[in-house]
Amino acid sequence: MFKGSPSGALGGVRSDFPIFARRFGGSDSRPPRPLIYLDSASSSQKPRAVIDALAGHLAEHNANVHRGVYALAREADAAYEGARERVAAFVGAERETTIFTKNVTEAINLVAFAWGRANVGPGDAVLITQMEHHANLVPWQVLCRERGAELRYLEVDAGGELSLAQLDRELARGDVRLVAFAHVSNVLGTINPVAEMTARARAAGAVTVVDGAQAVPQMPVDVGQLGADFYGWTGHKALGPTGIGVLHGRREILERTEPFLTGGDMISSVDFRSATWSELPHKFEAGTPPIAEAVGLAAAVEYLEALGMERVRAHERELTAYMLERLREVPGLRVVGPPGAERRGGLASFTLEGIHPHDVAELCDRAGVCIRAGHHCAQPLMRCLGVSATARASVGVYNERSDVDALVDALVAGREVFGL
Amino acid sequence: MDDLYRDYILEHYKRPRNFGELEPHDLQALEHNPLCGDELAVQIRVKDDRIEDLRFQGHGCAISQAAASIASEELKGKTLKEVGELGADWMIELLGIPVSATRRKCALLNLKVVRGAVTGDHAWPA
Repeated sequence: MFKGSPSGALGGVRSDFPIFARRFGGSDSRPPRPLIYLDSASSSQKPRAVIDALAGHLAEHNANVHRGVYALAREADAAYEGARERVAAFVGAERETTIFTKNVTEAINLVAFAWGRANVGPGDAVLITQMEHHANLVPWQVLCRERGAELRYLEVDAGGELSLAQLDRELARGDVRLVAFAHVSNVLGTINPVAEMTARARAAGAVTVVDGAQAVPQMPVDVGQLGADFYGWTGHKALGPTGIGVLHGRREILERTEPFLTGGDMISSVDFRSATWSELPHKFEAGTPPIAEAVGLAAAVEYLEALGMERVRAHERELTAYMLERLREVPGLRVVGPPGAERRGGLASFTLEGIHPHDVAELCDRAGVCIRAGHHCAQPLMRCLGVSATARASVGVYNERSDVDALVDALVAGREVFGL
Repeated sequence: MDDLYRDYILEHYKRPRNFGELEPHDLQALEHNPLCGDELAVQIRVKDDRIEDLRFQGHGCAISQAAASIASEELKGKTLKEVGELGADWMIELLGIPVSATRRKCALLNLKVVRGAVTGDHAWPA
């Protein structure tokens, strides 16, 4: 790999994203800087196609869904349900079992409240992992506390991986009702063996919940093949708008699960004493849903499909390999997680000796490089790693090798500021 | 020269004053910075209603460590009442660098923990 050469797999994509035309800062002594965005694991930038789809929907087809008999309302219905169809197909799921939520946090809470409260009780266990984002950890803590169940953790080894042997041992105890884990860790980047894990859990009679927030934006995902009972992800990390998440559920489970949120749009009929629920997926979508956001998300998945998810993965893998290689040049820098890019999503979390991650991010910002610093909503994992925080650089379809070069330059310059 | 990472800030960061344990102590508290999970603890010895001595323990960014180090010198000798009345402006002015909204909590963590130990008020300094 040569320093500064463009990434081969996805050239020229950046011009599809209007935000990269912006310039930042600038003064008498310094020209304005372009955006060097290495924080896509936190939230992705949006292609013109998504922005246009959102605005176009609001400008031309806006009405509430599932209620109106007039032509415009039928257009809004068609747009929203058509978006559901596209989003479901993108990950190999069915329309009726694809539920729109606010974000992946709400998707997981839906499972914890609706399925968990009815199916997890005293003497039962919920099994999660040490690498979970708070979104796939706190809901299970709350559920277990409320229901008198035990919350247990699969350990993360020194290479940032889980152990299938430990999973087998935990499942063999016979009390595990639910297993929840990330497809791709937002801190370590680890790509977990989802199909192997769900197959083992299923054989042991446990329901599986997979947090796909970091996976869907950057690799081919087929929820049928992965075999999870519930698979959640979020729009804004996948080039789509904020305010929309997705939960795919197994039909048999969804059918016998009571609603999470209740109110309008999710009922079949209501009288003063009781109500009955609509069919799937509407039973789990109370109130006016994120209509324009769904249309925007459909445009995002169409855009990703046009790029091809195999190419997107190849691009991010190649760029991540380049990033790992270049980060090794920085003295005192330690990357956490799997050693290579093969079993790692498009991110690298690291510490830099002598400079706190906050200061690392601040020093990068001076050079116009946007990276994340902190606990990444994974405080228990930080304690396992023996750190309070890390800096994290993550890539998206629009990143190029020059962005990684700018990061490394900023880190080297930052060490000088700190007299290292 | 860097606006934020001035020589004296980095000097306090690398060699923070009044860090370690203080035995015996009369007051102590522990606070977190929710942004990064950093922790800062303080132990305080009180004599005649004044802070006679104090020590911080913990880790954090240059801003939070330097702020604690710089504040530690100023806090000695203040009455507990005076400490309870110290606000965010006091700390920011003392630090003498432009602190952005996102780094404000880094700068104020030490005052939060000291006020928590002295007054039991665990709110962020206003």
